[in-house]
Amino acid sequence: MPRMAMTRSITVALAGNPNSGKSTIFNNLTGHRQHVGNYPGVTVETKQGVCRWGDQQIHIIDLPGTYSLTAYSPEELEARTFIVKQQPDVVVDVVDASNIERNLYLTTQLLDLGRPVIIALNMTDVAHVRGIEFDLKQLSLLLGTPIVPMVGSRNEGTRELIAAIAQVATDGSPYRSRHVYYGREIEEEVARVEDALTSDGGAQASVPQRWVALQLLEGDPEVAETAPSAAKAVAASSIQHLERVFGGALDTVMADRRYGFVSGACQEAVRSTAETRHSLSDAIDAVVTSSLFGLPLFLALMYVVFLVIFRLGGPATDLLSAGFGHLGSLIIDWWPPGMDTTVRDLLVEGVIGGVGGVLALLPNVLFLFMAIAILEDTGYMARAAFITDRLMHHIGLHGKSFIPLVLGFGCTVPAVMATRILENRRDRLTTMLVAPLMSCGAKFAVYSMLIAAFFPQAWRAPVLWSVYLIGVMLAMAGARLLRSTLLRGESVPLVMELPPYRMPTVRGILIHMWERGGEFVKKAGTVILALSIVLWAMTAYPRLPDDGRYDARRDEAAARYEEGLHSLRALLGLPESSAVPGNLLLDDRVGLEENAAEGSVDDHKREATGEGATMERFLSLLRDVRAIRERMADAERVRFEDSGSSAKQLLQEAAVARLSQLEYREPSLFSAAVRYLDEVEGPYRVALESIDGEEHAARLGNSAAGRIGHFMEPALVPLGFDWRIGTALIGAMAAREAFIAQLGILFAADGRQSSRELQHRLGATYPPLTGFTIMLFILIGSPCLPTLAVTYRESRSWKWPLLQIIAFTFAAYAIVFVVYSLGMILGVGTTIIG
Amino acid sequence: MSLGMAKSGQTVRVVRISAGRGLQSRLSALGIMPGVELTVVAGSRRGPIVVAVKDSRVVLGRGMAQRIDVV
Repeated sequence: MPRMAMTRSITVALAGNPNSGKSTIFNNLTGHRQHVGNYPGVTVETKQGVCRWGDQQIHIIDLPGTYSLTAYSPEELEARTFIVKQQPDVVVDVVDASNIERNLYLTTQLLDLGRPVIIALNMTDVAHVRGIEFDLKQLSLLLGTPIVPMVGSRNEGTRELIAAIAQVATDGSPYRSRHVYYGREIEEEVARVEDALTSDGGAQASVPQRWVALQLLEGDPEVAETAPSAAKAVAASSIQHLERVFGGALDTVMADRRYGFVSGACQEAVRSTAETRHSLSDAIDAVVTSSLFGLPLFLALMYVVFLVIFRLGGPATDLLSAGFGHLGSLIIDWWPPGMDTTVRDLLVEGVIGGVGGVLALLPNVLFLFMAIAILEDTGYMARAAFITDRLMHHIGLHGKSFIPLVLGFGCTVPAVMATRILENRRDRLTTMLVAPLMSCGAKFAVYSMLIAAFFPQAWRAPVLWSVYLIGVMLAMAGARLLRSTLLRGESVPLVMELPPYRMPTVRGILIHMWERGGEFVKKAGTVILALSIVLWAMTAYPRLPDDGRYDARRDEAAARYEEGLHSLRALLGLPESSAVPGNLLLDDRVGLEENAAEGSVDDHKREATGEGATMERFLSLLRDVRAIRERMADAERVRFEDSGSSAKQLLQEAAVARLSQLEYREPSLFSAAVRYLDEVEGPYRVALESIDGEEHAARLGNSAAGRIGHFMEPALVPLGFDWRIGTALIGAMAAREAFIAQLGILFAADGRQSSRELQHRLGATYPPLTGFTIMLFILIGSPCLPTLAVTYRESRSWKWPLLQIIAFTFAAYAIVFVVYSLGMILGVGTTIIG
Repeated sequence: MSLGMAKSGQTVRVVRISAGRGLQSRLSALGIMPGVELTVVAGSRRGPIVVAVKDSRVVLGRGMAQRIDVV
């Protein structure tokens, strides 16, 4: 028999309390050989990984961290269902040695499920320092499970755990299995219900009948659904009988018996010399969660987080986006002339412009998740929820909702995913649905572009602040509204463990970043790629028939330019035959200067004196005059950089003085240069720009996006928007960053316009009021596609993302309409400054 | 009295919890059930409180604390 066939596959479920170090153990076991995916039969994503032991392959499934296995929370039900349905060969239960009694409660429920259990006794180092000693042999006998002592943070005990898994999977547990003895009265009823179950015949063989009977007695709704009615009837009478005996709820009595079993075992096998587990944590909490310092410290910490994300992530993001820009230019330059440019445009404008724009945000995303991982692993997140609980109660949510909402300032997608920490579905949905109102990083990018275009320096910070504040206030109002209408219901009280502070491990944080980063890149490569191509195609098709109209006009303008050059010869006093550098005829400034200079060198070689020297002097003068004029134009343009108008005046005076100096030195050449600039080069540039612009506008107007924009225009007029803004807003619904790109395409004569130029043009086209209302629309309008997708995935229904699209679009329209109308009536910000 | 009225540092014993099954079982899993002794680590007049139970610290919202009777 070939050796390969001997390879055995073992399935292991990893269970444990939250904060027991379960994910560290999982990382130690599987290293990077893990992935997130849907396990057959389980609807929620679970992490899976593989490790090897000899010729055995061990599949490890990371169950959600839970305190028990009831049917009352989605995570617990999921963990339980996995064990019941998938029948893993071994269940590894990660137990925090420094909090053993509470952790073993879950163990008792795992034992009832009948699968072989191994206890991974984690954090034994911490327990040792705190004077807790274990008699492992004794504890193993009492619980009926092998116990492997471990220190997850130092990767100790991993091999021993794998060996134990392999042994138990092959030979079975070396210990006689144990379970909780619930006391004579209860055990009698358990036996009765069990009898009823087996006599019915329809019992599932995979699940121990004892477990089903116990669940029925505890009143578990999920098990009751499938149990035979005869057994349910027996259970009902048993419950009645037992509750009379105990004078209280049976499930509480049973929980009490489980704790009794655990503390009995611990009394025999665990010795604690001092109760010090929380001394340091309590000392820190005395400050961190105090009513005096708690909130200020929290705000300061959040500020630091954002500072880190933008300070560290910002430059890296700039670098990446410059890199993508460069890649685009490279492709444009490399493209063989004459070859069809459809593929080139698709690559440069669609793929690199779209996917590159999103991928450039990767550093920000990585730092955001690093910050989250640190806050979570240290245990601070739970404190943040504690601190903000009172505030959140005002809007019908509790402190735990605060965590996802804060994450929303970074990006809505992880914020929606983070709502998983909320047990109650109503709380979860409410938080998820209002999360897009927290202005994310992409919205911030749009705000900063628009604010610089429309508002003077002194106004910028307050305007930005007001937009963020409007978002937060709308989120609060929205949450209140949802909690009192669609998601009405009693607020579920906050019950949350406050884990002791811990030092996060670098490895754990890196794995977390790697995982999230991978997800982000995958999304950019799939969803965003498809979207970018669609958006690009919408602005590119249908194509305008090429009737040569624009090229003809370009040729005309070129001819006029040639004529101008001829007259220049006369002005310079050169003979008709002399060589005026024909390659002045270039459409970009740098090229113009370089080529002109080259030309002059050539002339110089040919004729050492006379014409050549005149030409060279003329060209250098021309360069000077042009440079001075450009500086003056720049000074004119930065009108908002309010360093004071006097500074501007000084600059202008200096420029004028410099010009007259040049004129005084060489009057005839100077007048020739000025005439060339004003009458030849200037008009030519303007003509080319306007032809490009017209062609571009005509192409866009004809494209699907343009047609949609024009079609929507009547609806947009009440908001003060035109078709161009409308078109760009459609792009923004896919991804907010797309708004900038789209406006750039719509307003620029060529694809390589600077954002400065775009801002200038916007400021010259629309009043500041429109700038503000665009920001409001970007803030409130329908969430971006990735957000809608993740909301669908997390809410498992199309209903909620659909509601978001409708409600947010409607709200954006209504609010912008009101703000615009008020602005127009009151005459606030209605004057175009540009 | 309700747990919400207990002061910081006070050790109390749980007598009764009025909550639905789900919440009740969640509290049980965290070790909070009738007969158990709790120590209030951080109490406050209006916000959530922190109690020490077994070897862990548990945050209870104001509403929750008021539904737990202690002596």
